[in-house]
Amino acid sequence: MFQIVRKEILNPSIKLMEIEAPYVARKAEPGQFIILRVDEDGERIPLTIADFDRDKGTVTIIFQEVGKTTKLLGSLNEGESILDFVGPLGKPSHLDGVKSAAVIGGGLGTAIAYPQAKKLHSLGARVDSVIGFRNKDLIILEEEMSKVSNRLFVTTDDGSNGTKGFVTDILKRLLEEGNRYDVVIAIGPLVMMKAVSNLTREYGIKTIVSMNPVMIDGTGMCGGCRVTVGGNVKFACVDGPDFDGHQVDFDEAMRRQLMYRNEEKISLEEHECRLRGEKYA
Amino acid sequence: MPNMSLKKVPMPEQNPEARTRNFLEVALGYTGEMAKEEAQRCLNCKHKPCMQGCPVNVNIPGFIEAVAAGDFEKAYHIIKNTNSLPAICGRVCPQETQCEKFCVRGIKGESVGIGRLERFVADWYMSNREQKKGSIARNGRKVAVVGSGPAGLTCAGDLAKMGYEVTIFEAFHTPGGVLMYGIPEFRLPKALVQKEIDYLKQLGVEIKTNMVIGKVLSLNDLMNEGYEAIFIGTGAGLPNFMGIPGENLNGVYSANEFLTRVNLMKAYKFPETDTPVKVGRNVAVVGGGNVAMDAARCAKRLGAENVYIIYRRSEAEMPARLEEVHHAKEEGIIFKLLSNPVRIIGTDDGWVKGIECIEMELGEPDSSGRRRPVPKAGTEHVIDVETVIIAIGQSPNPLISSTTPDLKTNKWGCIVIDENTCATSKEGVFAGGDAVTGAATVILAMGAGKKAAVAIDNYLKAKPNKIKAAE
Ligand SMILES: Cc1cc2nc3c(=O)[nH]c(=O)nc-3n(C[C@H](O)[C@H](O)[C@H](O)COP(=O)(O)OP(=O)(O)OC[C@H]3O[C@@H](n4cnc5c(N)ncnc54)[C@H](O)[C@@H]3O)c2cc1C
Ligand SMILES: Cc1cc2nc3c(=O)[nH]c(=O)nc-3n(C[C@H](O)[C@H](O)[C@H](O)COP(=O)(O)OP(=O)(O)OC[C@H]3O[C@@H](n4cnc5c(N)ncnc54)[C@H](O)[C@@H]3O)c2cc1C
Ligand code: FES
Repeated sequence: MFQIVRKEILNPSIKLMEIEAPYVARKAEPGQFIILRVDEDGERIPLTIADFDRDKGTVTIIFQEVGKTTKLLGSLNEGESILDFVGPLGKPSHLDGVKSAAVIGGGLGTAIAYPQAKKLHSLGARVDSVIGFRNKDLIILEEEMSKVSNRLFVTTDDGSNGTKGFVTDILKRLLEEGNRYDVVIAIGPLVMMKAVSNLTREYGIKTIVSMNPVMIDGTGMCGGCRVTVGGNVKFACVDGPDFDGHQVDFDEAMRRQLMYRNEEKISLEEHECRLRGEKYA
Repeated sequence: MPNMSLKKVPMPEQNPEARTRNFLEVALGYTGEMAKEEAQRCLNCKHKPCMQGCPVNVNIPGFIEAVAAGDFEKAYHIIKNTNSLPAICGRVCPQETQCEKFCVRGIKGESVGIGRLERFVADWYMSNREQKKGSIARNGRKVAVVGSGPAGLTCAGDLAKMGYEVTIFEAFHTPGGVLMYGIPEFRLPKALVQKEIDYLKQLGVEIKTNMVIGKVLSLNDLMNEGYEAIFIGTGAGLPNFMGIPGENLNGVYSANEFLTRVNLMKAYKFPETDTPVKVGRNVAVVGGGNVAMDAARCAKRLGAENVYIIYRRSEAEMPARLEEVHHAKEEGIIFKLLSNPVRIIGTDDGWVKGIECIEMELGEPDSSGRRRPVPKAGTEHVIDVETVIIAIGQSPNPLISSTTPDLKTNKWGCIVIDENTCATSKEGVFAGGDAVTGAATVILAMGAGKKAAVAIDNYLKAKPNKIKAAE
């Protein structure tokens, strides 16, 4: 069992938890993830390692409540435990040697991008960060990101805070103004990562995206997480989750993401029925 | 006077109609009377031909004689001498190509039902006797076992009985390997595998789950934690795909993914459990082994109307156990033999709608000795399906070898060992089971685990005992 030692509510749908998991904390690197299972009948879901503390033996996860498992997880409190927690999985991000970077976070993706910005900053790279949200109530990690960025830009789709528009608008402006980066790191919804990749392709700037296909084992044994990169099939859990954004087949990834949409709805409805004490029909 | 019936005493089974609607065990096992009757078919041949077919040399005539005499306990101990997992092997061994293949009774009529008798004896013992553990003197020396399939479980059990402090490191949240995540409940009840695991715990074996070795800890980390020897029994878990167009369409699974969802994550109880699986009205399973049969029969139980097995050779070459093929047919699985997929066809929005196959014919024998299937031009045809499950084999997972440069593997990714000592190229590291042979059988993995336990014991006895020296 893995105990929740700290819980924070970052916005109405995004929560942070610090979990006691010494083995994971010992080896964790930015870009890697864990897989957890809340309880015996639970699904295995992957979440990025948002932060870790090797001395305390804890790992921080930040998650958005989008369905059954993330809602169930979000309902747990400090002191309670999660049944299974395995990691670190996936390849760490390659950040060595980067002198300048633009880090782009879309919504929850900001939480996944944060450890990378932090690592780049600590390696002495110049970091411009752009984070975008639907509206001001959904903004997360603004302070943390600003601490590890030379410049931080915040956008909201509706203009309720920061610049109105999408993260790509800002990135475009930065590039048009002549800013150049060794690498652009884009993490967020697939459409956003695709848009960033299309933009940076014009400028020939290397772009790393973090893929989030459905996973089960996270060790390369099921192939459910396959993505096509440069025409080759890769297993995101062991070959990724970071890939070259200019090579990823985003359209296929978007399609595959919808594979269980009906079942996810059923699972959530069943969960909510159970919470109301009703029987799911 | 032996029972001269040409046929085996039939095994009670759930009828095909009923069982395709549940996940309960299909074959129900002999009663004591049936077992005795079947045992009396054994002629107790002096030269014991059946034993040469058994990879672990079970004294088959010996245990069958005990069954015939009604001494089931004695029969159990005879089997247990060389086979650690009889309840499992009795159910899943390919007897028709092993012991039963050499049975004299098989020359005219059916061979003695050795597998059925083994299963009976093991089940009888489990429900009538306590597994004895005795008191074992601990020697304080630590051994790590990586992977908890039949190879790892057996190696751990044998070492624990010799007095070693054994810890199993398992990547998944549940131990058991393929026995838990691959082979379905209706063929191998999970409670039975759990009993074997509980027994190991009683022997003092510690099992650490969620431990992906190569990621969470490296082999060197394990050595630094004081493990003096390591056994790698990580199996062959990497799914092979065909490399044909359409394999990434929605609705295409590897058999590993499909079976893991169904068996380990219990998707057949969704939404009571949280992990879903998608099964169309029409399902194609590509392959002809046990894995393909299991996937097809699961799909049927999950509600598919038409389930096709698509296999490129003929029935004679099918590697699946005879009983599984027979059960699959009874359950209405449609066999498309001498047929090979060339592409998977999708709808505009990316879901599987069909699989295009080409007919094959058998040509000259290939390196495996089986006649090579060759496509017949112009015979392409489409089968309408919404789900495709690829069950064309697995290879060893490179997670450990890729993070352990001094561990030698061959070109198929199998760990290279010394046949006699089970030792790998890395000092103190031993290996066995599918990780060494590539996908094989439960009995071979179990045998490898046993052999490695002896080898590890020899190795550690020859090596100075650090703990003793420090005292
Ligand atoms: C490598 C990786 C890192 C991730 N990091 C984070 C993170 O740090 N924070 C965060 O909030 N989310 C992260 N995700 C996404 C997260 O795993 C899903 O949101 C979660 O699984 C949803 O489960 P659910 O039952 O709550 O929702 P569901 O209703 O089951 O699903 C909602 C959506 O989540 C995705 N999803 C569902 N099941 C899985 C699964 N088993 N594996 C992967 N995706 C699934 C699907 O795209 C689905 O459309 C990550 C995904 C991957 C692959
Ligand atoms: C669906 C299916 C049906 C089968 N049917 C039959 C049958 O009827 N009869 C028969 O004889 N054989 C059958 N087989 C084959 C048989 O199951 C295998 O040959 C046997 O299980 C191999 O045993 P093993 O101990 O080598 O490996 P496995 O059973 O594969 O166990 C390996 C274990 O190691 C774990 N592991 C892997 N990597 C790591 C790591 N890095 N760190 C920690 N743990 C790790 C895995 O999670 C797994 O639990 C079947 C196989 C499948 C898939
Ligand atoms: S999650 Fe199973 S192979 Fe990647």
